[in-house]
Amino acid sequence: MQSQHTMRAYDQELKFLATRIGAMGGHAERMVDEAVAALVHSDGSLAAKVIGDDELLDAGQREVDDKAIVIIAKRQPMAADLREIIGAIRISADLERVGDLGKNIAKRVGAIARERQPVSLFRGLQSLAELALTQLKEVLDAYASRSVEKIAFVRDRDDRIDAMYTSLFRELLTYMMEDPRNISACTHLLFCAKNIERIGDHATNIAETVYYIVTGEQMPPERSKEDKSHKVMLDARETAER
Amino acid sequence: MSEQGDDGARPMAWVLGRLIESRWTLAAATVAVAVVAALPEPGWLVPALAIAGVAAVAIAAPRRMVVGRSREADRDGSDPLDGVGSRDLAAAVPDPMILFDAHGVIVHVNPAAVVAFGQLAPGMALHLRFRAPEMHALIEGVLADAATARAIDYVERVPLERVFRVTASAVGREDGLLALVFKDQSEARRIDRMRADFIANASHELRTPLASIAGFVETLRGPAKNDPSAREHFLKIMQDQTGRMARLIDDLLSLSRLEMKPYARTGTPLDVRGIVDAVVDSLGPLAAESGVTVERRMPDNPSWVSGDRDELFQVFENLLENAIKYGQSGGRVEVEIVPSATGARDGVQVRFRDYGPGIAEEHIPRITERFYRVDVESSRSRKGTGLGLAIVKHILTRHGGWLDVHSAVGSGSTFTAHFPPPTSAR
Repeated sequence: MQSQHTMRAYDQELKFLATRIGAMGGHAERMVDEAVAALVHSDGSLAAKVIGDDELLDAGQREVDDKAIVIIAKRQPMAADLREIIGAIRISADLERVGDLGKNIAKRVGAIARERQPVSLFRGLQSLAELALTQLKEVLDAYASRSVEKIAFVRDRDDRIDAMYTSLFRELLTYMMEDPRNISACTHLLFCAKNIERIGDHATNIAETVYYIVTGEQMPPERSKEDKSHKVMLDARETAER
Repeated sequence: MSEQGDDGARPMAWVLGRLIESRWTLAAATVAVAVVAALPEPGWLVPALAIAGVAAVAIAAPRRMVVGRSREADRDGSDPLDGVGSRDLAAAVPDPMILFDAHGVIVHVNPAAVVAFGQLAPGMALHLRFRAPEMHALIEGVLADAATARAIDYVERVPLERVFRVTASAVGREDGLLALVFKDQSEARRIDRMRADFIANASHELRTPLASIAGFVETLRGPAKNDPSAREHFLKIMQDQTGRMARLIDDLLSLSRLEMKPYARTGTPLDVRGIVDAVVDSLGPLAAESGVTVERRMPDNPSWVSGDRDELFQVFENLLENAIKYGQSGGRVEVEIVPSATGARDGVQVRFRDYGPGIAEEHIPRITERFYRVDVESSRSRKGTGLGLAIVKHILTRHGGWLDVHSAVGSGSTFTAHFPPPTSAR
């Protein structure tokens, strides 16, 4: 009787961790979505809300950490349970970072919205954000369903995010060279694009953690970096031809 | 009830009915008469008791019969449902429905929910799949107080925007089972958004040709007033520009219409070979005019894809048209249907290979964006609107598929439309 009761409490504790991760994931997805929406629509109040919401993710991560450490100390978990707990700690750290990156995008809204920017400037960023959000949703769904079949494709998508980022980088450089007045907005947008690209990386990290939780093995290392923005150079003549 | 309808038609049945109706009083009276007759010395007490007994039965009997009838009615009402499983009931609900227990663990999902949300299985925690803060609040709320039903609006942004009115309520009274029902309201929301989007996109994209037409009109009224050759030239440009505006509006409308259609991955299985054949034939004149030969490579067996025929036609038409227009210099375009075999994603691929100038690497990730043009001048001269691939991408996403682009400058491009196997409704 006693052992059954203990087991049930243990299950409850594990379930609590997973539920907190779910809630943090929901907040992180929402923050990224709203930060990009605030950017595109120059919506200062939405940006302020996103900045405030980051507190929820910080609190969530602290809670998951505390709870996980208490469970490890009390229950001495093994095998799948231990992986589950360690995985929760890692995923919550990644989600907290995603929240920080979302907050950073929101913080730049004021600087970018100072002058009315053409819509075309944001289109690339929007589709980059869409890719990253799809990525995040897919890995969190994989965490929910504990299925690793789709996880291999997460890496494919990460490559696409990197390729898109490189392309966006080049586009923004072009705008800056065309007109120096674009430089301040474009520099902020460049950082926003970098943040979104980082969100994709965190989603890939989560995918690796989920793979580890489910299978007990590390995901095979095959990472070809598509991010070639470190090599992008535009030369003035090329721009003049456009 | 139903007997009354038969009254006039069958007098015998009516008499029988009346007799049955008063059977208790009749029986009591018969017993009373028998008792009185059986006793050798009835005296006054026995007949009095017998009459009282008959009276009591007469009073009690109708009430019993009413009770009996209502019970009968009850049984009649529930009879058709005996033998119908709750799973069958859930399956008959066209909206996604999820049943879960008091711990927030999914107990059952109906087929509509599987189509709408994909990987959902009994045993999964609801909190993990529906992570939006308002969904968490809804689930927590109904778990804490199951008596009151609640409803919220829930938006899923990716991969396609969908808006649901979600209702959470308890099923039955004691077993602690709860239900989430999703009512898809994307259409209403999209109509609102479509107006705004259309105006934003159209005004931006129509401004350029309009400005150019206005400029030429001004020139024609002023400096070029008496210059027939210039007039002819300018009118030709103006005609091109108006044609471009018309095409742009067509494409915008077609994209908006697509976005308004409800999200349904299920469709009738179609043989893509037929559709591709029809597309190649319909673009034959354009290919001949551009001096491009189109080669078909079809498998011998049917390649099944589930979806909407018109939408798939549009996908292949846009892809082939691009291949012919932008790969014109290569002189040939290959269309190939490949039954793909990559792990869990078994399905059909349709490839369009051209041997034109190819697309620079930095543009490839971006070409499905609305109004993204690799080369503004060449796109305009080839009558592109900047929406063709956006439409392709949207349709493929609706069909659970995706577009793959491989290209290298100087050696042409391959556009591959991937489709999931037709059973992917799961």
